[in-house]
Amino acid sequence: MSKYLLDKFLFAVDRDPELVERYREDPRGTVTWWEREEANRILNCHSGEASTWLRFDDDEREALATHDYPALFDLGAHPFLTLTLFIAMFERDHEPLGFQLEYARRLADRTLPYPDITT
Amino acid sequence: MAELVAVIASTHHPFYYRASTSTGPDRPDFADEWVRKVEAFRATLTAARPDVLVMVGSDHFHQLWLDNMPQFLIGKAPFYDANFYNEEREFGLPRMLMTGQEDLSAYLLREGLDAGFDLAFSNELRIDHSITCPIITLRPQNDLPIVPVYTNIFAPPLPRPRRFVQLGQTIRELVEAWPEDKRVAVIGTGHLSLELGGPRQFGPHGPDPEFDAKAVEWIAGGDLEGCLSEVTLDSLHLPGNATHGFMDFMLMMGVAGEGRKADYVDTYDLFHTMEAYFTWYPKGAGK
Repeated sequence: MSKYLLDKFLFAVDRDPELVERYREDPRGTVTWWEREEANRILNCHSGEASTWLRFDDDEREALATHDYPALFDLGAHPFLTLTLFIAMFERDHEPLGFQLEYARRLADRTLPYPDITT
Repeated sequence: MAELVAVIASTHHPFYYRASTSTGPDRPDFADEWVRKVEAFRATLTAARPDVLVMVGSDHFHQLWLDNMPQFLIGKAPFYDANFYNEEREFGLPRMLMTGQEDLSAYLLREGLDAGFDLAFSNELRIDHSITCPIITLRPQNDLPIVPVYTNIFAPPLPRPRRFVQLGQTIRELVEAWPEDKRVAVIGTGHLSLELGGPRQFGPHGPDPEFDAKAVEWIAGGDLEGCLSEVTLDSLHLPGNATHGFMDFMLMMGVAGEGRKADYVDTYDLFHTMEAYFTWYPKGAGK
């Protein structure tokens, strides 16, 4: 499990308008590039310094690469990060509030307790 | 000696700004009543004539991140830029600039550390809608210096509810002992029941109206012990997956004091979440 890295991806993409568009248009390519080039960059640290050990599990990579937000929910990605980024990408394709309600519908069979989001 | 002239607890609804400023067909049908309620709430702060605002809120993964996450943090800076690109994008919030009351920040940090809270600090803090929303609703002229206090209600492991209450009690003691002739209001924002990124989100009202009714009763009545006897980190998952923001209301109950009934209470049932507004006057209204 690398919930932290899932969250890091969602956080890093959400804060960058160009990356939001790139992930919307080419999810698999963006995830592949990001894991290779960006996943180990330590945010808020000396530039050029990086970690050496961060990688996605296969199911995590696949969930991100297919925009599968119910799977991200099940994997324990932070729901605020997932929701915020997916609204940024897909709200525009729906009526007002339409995407948020579809999001809820697609998760309708999830019951308490929800997956643990502790990183 | 400083005077604590108002204690205010509120929800922070990022859609208020857009709803209240929209016109014509874009203006939602609930906007006029919402504006009326917010303006009445605003008058409770205006009446207290504060010089300084201590603002309690929570960063929503904007500046604070999982590689270095403080539980409680106080900003100490002469200025605070505010609101972020993704808040502009999703909520239409404006970029803002606030002035800091740096001497009160320094005092709260020193005395808070000595009182047993290992507070983090930031000398360059960009603040988000948990603090800008109450500025927009309660002090839209944005003319008073602030001290931002951030709590972690967002990234577990979280401090337990009692710790939030204790911090609120300590903030009150420290503000009342601040040796400056200033009128201080403490304003904190959180949530009642709330679901984000889960199956109960964006419903016709908050995800758990029963919890909301009980929560309003606890806060309005100052029933800290009743609240603490029922609210735990585990129990807060039940009303909605983002309900841990209620702990900022509990912090504000700590500021207001056990058994202290709020002098002003109002609520507004909206889609997605219930709005709730509370004001206490520790010295009595108008003093």
